Amino acid sequence: MAAVVQLEDIHKIYDSGEVQVHAVRGVSLELHKGEFMAIMGASGSGKSTLMNTLGCLDRPTRGRYLLDGVDVSQLDRNELADLRNEKLGFVFQGFNLLSRTTALENVELPMLYGPRRVSGRQLREQALHCLDIVGLSDRADHFPSQLSGGQQQRVAIARALVNNPQVLLADEPTGNLDSKTSVEVLGVFETLNQQGITIVMVTHELDIARYCKRNLIMRDGRVVSDIAVADRFFAEQELQRLRDAEVAAKLTG
Amino acid sequence: MRIGSTLTVSFRALRRNAMRSTLTALGIIIGVGAVIAMVSIGNGAKSMVEAQIAALGENVLLVFSGSISQGGARSGSFGAGTLTVEDADAIQREVTTVIAVSPEVRMGAQVLANGLNWSTQILGEGPDYLSIRMWPLSDGNMFTDSDIRSVGKVCIVGQTIVTQLFPDGAPIGQTLRIRNQPFKVVGVLAAKGLSVQGADQDDLVIVPYTSAMKRVARQTMLRSINVQAASAEAIAVAQADIIALLRQRHRTTEQTDDFTVRNQEEIAQAATATSKTMTLLLGAIAGVSLLVGGIGIMNIMLVSVTERTREIGIRLAVGAHGREIQLQFLTEAVVLSAFGGSLGILLGIGASELLSQINHWPTLVSPLAVVVAFLFSAAVGVVFGFYPARKASLLDPIEALRYE
Repeated sequence: MAAVVQLEDIHKIYDSGEVQVHAVRGVSLELHKGEFMAIMGASGSGKSTLMNTLGCLDRPTRGRYLLDGVDVSQLDRNELADLRNEKLGFVFQGFNLLSRTTALENVELPMLYGPRRVSGRQLREQALHCLDIVGLSDRADHFPSQLSGGQQQRVAIARALVNNPQVLLADEPTGNLDSKTSVEVLGVFETLNQQGITIVMVTHELDIARYCKRNLIMRDGRVVSDIAVADRFFAEQELQRLRDAEVAAKLTG
Repeated sequence: MRIGSTLTVSFRALRRNAMRSTLTALGIIIGVGAVIAMVSIGNGAKSMVEAQIAALGENVLLVFSGSISQGGARSGSFGAGTLTVEDADAIQREVTTVIAVSPEVRMGAQVLANGLNWSTQILGEGPDYLSIRMWPLSDGNMFTDSDIRSVGKVCIVGQTIVTQLFPDGAPIGQTLRIRNQPFKVVGVLAAKGLSVQGADQDDLVIVPYTSAMKRVARQTMLRSINVQAASAEAIAVAQADIIALLRQRHRTTEQTDDFTVRNQEEIAQAATATSKTMTLLLGAIAGVSLLVGGIGIMNIMLVSVTERTREIGIRLAVGAHGREIQLQFLTEAVVLSAFGGSLGILLGIGASELLSQINHWPTLVSPLAVVVAFLFSAAVGVVFGFYPARKASLLDPIEALRYE
């Protein structure tokens, strides 16, 4: 099976006047359909830069990047934008929802910039469908300020899904969430992955990474470890454990 | 480019910030409103002046008595008077392009009737005065040449005199006393209303000029002579002929002329020039406020671009092109200013209506001003929206997403 993502010796050098920062130094990797990978590393390890490159938000200085068979290294600003729109879904640490905009309209957003002209009714149906996937169809008319952190992140996931992307990219998706909510959000990712969606997630927490199938560890711009996760965590089990602990705490309290 | 979607996006963004949108548009609302109201007032004044000029009569020339010098002291215009009844007769007789002449004297006097009294203006005129001024009578008849010759004690009264001195409303045949001289009322003038300056044009009594000179004012000189030329084309010739005739009779030259001849066109030009200047001035002031409104829009749009940097980042991340971001912000600016322009038009029309109701100022909403003001406000949106929109479109998505 052809790889969805294929990186060949990717380098990224930032030129900020006098100093040159070599953020990514020769990363090669392949990502197949249905994978669920965590990119880990300390700050400054180059994981965010790699993520921006994967997300077509930034072009590599050197190297080749094939996304779904298309070489993106040479595309211009607008072509990259179209690629992000059609093939990628983004989930951010800070949710990045438009304020004073309903959950539904937030989810509709990527479709407004899509290649096809979509009628208002279709927009609404598709957005509601995606909100349903993340279990929030009853909150479609709520504003982000009326939603909890976990709910906001689920709206963001619905937004990422709305154009049926090849890859879902999540940058520290649980960074702003408490542990129980984090597990719930990871559960959503898990379900999506089971349905065949390829997911790449950046995190610096080891126990978050253990919900993924594959862990990529970076240091100083290089991949130092790329392993399959031996004993994965599963969100459902973990939530059950957390509930049990809560009950136990109540009993003893 | 997906224009339909971009419009949707723009309208959603404006609706989200309804309060700010309205406040931003306020500058344009007031600017356009001011332009329309000011131009309406100016136009109203102009049309009123024009009506006034037309009311002067058709093809009218006015000969004014100039100043005379007596022992070094010069009297002002109309001072002691330099025009005589003979001058008027000479004009009638010798200038062939003239069809009617009415010598004129004027004075203020207290008039009495029915035990009531009223201070008013007395005009001494010839029998052709009303036809020259195109001023119809509502009742009775104008006095005749025989009244002039016999220094007749007859008079024509304006509507205000009827209201003030003849409570029964039927003054014809009744007697009016001017400086203790009884005059019989033979005609009533049709109402004329207020002049541009706000003077009551119906507050007057017209008597034969001979009677005015001998019985009331006891003066021998005329204040002015009303002359009617045969046609519009004849005005210039008549004017030149009258000047030549009077110079010959008064033994004056251009430098020492003791009279002035004005034709209707000159009077009209002077009057409309004033109101034109006023319209222009008011329009210019209002235009400045429109410009300030435009700068206000640019200001808010610039702040808005900075404030919404993260929003722009999100849009770019999910696939918006730079041009679509630009179009969105440009559309927001244009919609704001066009919306402001429309409200401003309503405000301007409302304000000019209100002004004419309250102050009894004549106003005339100019359709041209409405169209120009609207187009100008839309153009303001494009011009002042362009820079912020361009700025937004050039943002880097990664930087914009990181923006706090």
